[in-house]
Amino acid sequence: MFKKLTILIFSIFLITFNANAGSDGELALEKNKSEAQNTKDCFEKLNRATFAFNQGLDKALIKPVAEGYRKLPDNVQKGTSNAVRNLSTLITIPNNVLQGDVKTAIINTARLAVNTTVGLLGTIDVANKMGFPKYEKEDYGQTLGKWGFGPGCYLVLPVLGPSTIRDTTGSFANVMGGDPWYNASVHGNNEFLSEGLYITSKAINGVEFRANNIESFDNLKENSIDFYASVRSLYLQDRENKIKNNQRGNIDVIYEDDEEWEEIENK
Amino acid sequence: MKKLLILLFLLNLLTSNSHSIEPDVFVQSTVNRASGILSKDISKEEKINQLKVIAKETVDIRGVGFYSLGSARKNLDDNQKNKYLKFFEDYFLKSFSSRLSEYSNPKIDVQDKDVLNKNYTIVKSVLVATSDRPEIKIDWRIYTKNPDNPLIRDLIIEGLSLARTQKEEFASILNSNDGDINALYEALEKFANN
Repeated sequence: MFKKLTILIFSIFLITFNANAGSDGELALEKNKSEAQNTKDCFEKLNRATFAFNQGLDKALIKPVAEGYRKLPDNVQKGTSNAVRNLSTLITIPNNVLQGDVKTAIINTARLAVNTTVGLLGTIDVANKMGFPKYEKEDYGQTLGKWGFGPGCYLVLPVLGPSTIRDTTGSFANVMGGDPWYNASVHGNNEFLSEGLYITSKAINGVEFRANNIESFDNLKENSIDFYASVRSLYLQDRENKIKNNQRGNIDVIYEDDEEWEEIENK
Repeated sequence: MKKLLILLFLLNLLTSNSHSIEPDVFVQSTVNRASGILSKDISKEEKINQLKVIAKETVDIRGVGFYSLGSARKNLDDNQKNKYLKFFEDYFLKSFSSRLSEYSNPKIDVQDKDVLNKNYTIVKSVLVATSDRPEIKIDWRIYTKNPDNPLIRDLIIEGLSLARTQKEEFASILNSNDGDINALYEALEKFANN
């Protein structure tokens, strides 16, 4: 109970700090401005150090594990990927509701039910084969964004990687009752589930993401003159797209500073 | 007389539109050229050299360079601008061609276009999925001020703008060095020479 209270207080502190530090005294809600551009890197020195640490960890452990994962048979990878994605639906559904998208919450609940039962604990994406709409993950950070909270300062978390104060705050909601999978495995009175299983599922999620992006990361690293800044920019653009549900990016947002282009003649 | 006027009008129309290239046709033709090079049985170095030629012809390198510099370009004199453009072009061509050279025979299908105004059209395309990777959405921002010579100004991959990423990368280098343009020259030169 005390642990939860501490987390709650810390979250409130973060989110308050978010509103102040992220907006320089202005309101955090700046719907018409690009988050990627406005997010401040208040802790850049520390972030760069954490980024370097994460890079070392990636080189020594995460990338080799991801490469090993890629050597597994395709159907094993596909099944694992499906199962992890199915678990994420448990976080997506409450966030669909919190964002006022009840229709998608119902669809995702049906998806979860079908995939967990007929799809053998989510290892087979039966819902997709049945023609369900494309699944889009939602999380508490996205919901906070949707509610108008600005991203606040950019953060690089040890092991977990890029985030913002808002997104980190959103992650706390998972361990404060917002993730039914966490509740059942850590606090549930069930002989089949445990905290270890929860951590393993999260680790597999991370490895799977890394395995899917080995070439992209290598390519980005090789072709960046400041890899840290490239990752920061891409993360913030991606989060902004996810919050605004822009799968292809929002042209108005991407080129909000279009005057800069307009001033530039090519001859 | 009337017939002569019509003839002159038609001739004028024909002449004025004879070289105009539709942005979607331009993109498809550019990717076909690049794809042709990537599928050739030649060395990676040779591929990179040939891709650089395509990039020089189809990308507004000068425009992208100045955009990437952001507001810092307003503080540069002509000599500094020329020096920056030289470094930027070397950096850009190397970065662009080595990114592409990793792909072998990529298949890009142009699907749609969205004319934003007389200066810009967004061409929507997909990099067709293979067994190793899923389908990737790629939008091309085409500068159409001169319809006879459309130029690429940005690539938006799955909603992520490469020009914006590059701009923020350059801004980070400038910020870390008190806005000193020489630090950026150095970083660009180091990249190009590596």
